[in-house]
Amino acid sequence: MGDYRRKSINVGGEEIQLPPINKSHILIGAVILIVVILFFTSFYTIKTDEVGVIKQFGKYTKTTPPGLHFKIPFGVETITKIKGRQYIFREEFGYRTTKPGVRTQISRDYSHQGESLMLTGDLNSASVEWVVQYRIKDPKDYLFNVRNITKTIRDVSESVTRQIAGDHSVDEVIILSRREIAISIREKMQEILDFYQTGVDIETVELQDVNPPDPVKPSFNEVNEARQEMEKMINQAYEAYNKVVPRAKGEAEKTIRQAEGYQLNRINRAKGDANKFNSVYEAYRQSRDVTKRRLYIETMLEVLPKIEKKYIIDKDQKGLLQLLQLQDKGGK
Amino acid sequence: MKRENLTLYLIGALILVIIIIAASGLYRIDMTQQVVITQFGKPVGDAINEPGLHFKVPFIQDVNYFEKRLLEWDGNPTEISAKDKKFIEVDTYARWRIADPLKFFRSVVNENGAQTRLDNVIEAATRNLITSNVLIEVVRNSSRKMQVAEAELALRTDELPDSIKAGWVKIAAGIFDAAAEKVREYGIELMDVRIKRINYIEDVRRKVFERMIAERLRIAEKFRSEGMGKKAEIEGEMEKELQRITSEAYRSAQEIKGKADAEAIKIYARAYERDPDFYSLLKVLNHTKVHWMKKAG
Repeated sequence: MGDYRRKSINVGGEEIQLPPINKSHILIGAVILIVVILFFTSFYTIKTDEVGVIKQFGKYTKTTPPGLHFKIPFGVETITKIKGRQYIFREEFGYRTTKPGVRTQISRDYSHQGESLMLTGDLNSASVEWVVQYRIKDPKDYLFNVRNITKTIRDVSESVTRQIAGDHSVDEVIILSRREIAISIREKMQEILDFYQTGVDIETVELQDVNPPDPVKPSFNEVNEARQEMEKMINQAYEAYNKVVPRAKGEAEKTIRQAEGYQLNRINRAKGDANKFNSVYEAYRQSRDVTKRRLYIETMLEVLPKIEKKYIIDKDQKGLLQLLQLQDKGGK
Repeated sequence: MKRENLTLYLIGALILVIIIIAASGLYRIDMTQQVVITQFGKPVGDAINEPGLHFKVPFIQDVNYFEKRLLEWDGNPTEISAKDKKFIEVDTYARWRIADPLKFFRSVVNENGAQTRLDNVIEAATRNLITSNVLIEVVRNSSRKMQVAEAELALRTDELPDSIKAGWVKIAAGIFDAAAEKVREYGIELMDVRIKRINYIEDVRRKVFERMIAERLRIAEKFRSEGMGKKAEIEGEMEKELQRITSEAYRSAQEIKGKADAEAIKIYARAYERDPDFYSLLKVLNHTKVHWMKKAG
């Protein structure tokens, strides 16, 4: 216990004596403070979608998985946290998603147009939007080989996309070969990024909106519309044809059937009449005079009663008046 | 007592001095760094790139840090005219690293200096390569056959050749070769040079758009007139068929009826011919009967 003097201070006119301050107290306090700081700076947590890369005096020592870990403090061991293998990064080209969700909101401004406008293999222009998704496959490569990996991935993607689009016609880029182009971009990007040793794995490349440049769009739409109009015109003509011609054929059939009906009718009647005549004639042939007379009489029997006024005129008669009385008497 | 205090302070001070000196002589190299030690501004020894803790002469020697990683270079878009007088805007990028920090330090000193050198070298090489190639060679990189959506859009043979001699890849390789050689003296190792963007300049772009528009409008027109032509053709066909069907039906019907009449007449004649007088008698008798029956009501 060294010597100490009680200090006193003046507070509002009164003298108050301070408690004794011991040198050993200070020492103990400092030590406790150091230990506490030590404790808090030597523990760290890695979240589930992260990994930790540990360096000792700047030299890589190990990669730590998610969880609670201890490291040597005072800058001996440093930790850099990066995303783990499962995490998927996303880079958009030609547009940016401003609000993701069920109804995604997208913005396209002037700088994005610079990303999307490109020349196609037939020396036309197209506006191409695409998205690249990638993950970190090697944390060491990712951290220690390339400075500014995001910019590198973007530069490579723009270069490769233009290289591939430049080998396709504008129609292939817009519609015909979209899938093949996206696959080629992915493959080529992976090749270059592996060459740079970025430690990155390109998961997918997807073409989004691909259009002819704005001023040209209406004329492209014209072509589609015109093609549809042409097809519609042709279809309508065929439809009319298919409606009218079969109907006419039906009518034609009907006409012919009617004629055939007429034919049957005519011939059957003729045959009927002929048969009737033949039968009568056969009978007549047996006894001509008798039959002739009989037929005549039969007919008169039928007809005379129906006649109101009958005038029988003698062949040699000169006048008519004498015969007017015959009515009541009938007779021959 | 006082002497004890003094000794304690002296020991403390000594320890402090030792610590300070030691601290000045210790330095750390990160995984991404390489180092050149200079003494009074002049480099000493070779570059050091082993990561970890290192020693140097305290105070007298300085540590100069350099990047070990692959570094970026991005050119400004430049207007260049291709061999066929087509004006385009070319934007290249490159990746490089400091392969020899000593050389680097002695020549360009730092990254800013390096960027300027790279600007000059790469842009010159780019200009050379592009002006000596026609535009199509810069845009395409293979001779693959391109397809078009409408047959009418047959590729313009005046501008688009059947096969490509150079291509995008070869031209970029040419730029790379020319530049890589030149920057080696600065301790720079060029890793890659690629064309990032090519576009028409404003004037040319407008003309190209006009061409594209005219092309497509022409095809639309063609479709429409084709449609109308085909429609007229089908309608004509339909008319013809209609006429054919109805007239043929009429002809057949008349034939049938005619034949029927003829047949009927033959049948009658065959019968009545046997005794025309008897036939007349029957006919007269029948007519008489029918006439009076009708009259009677």
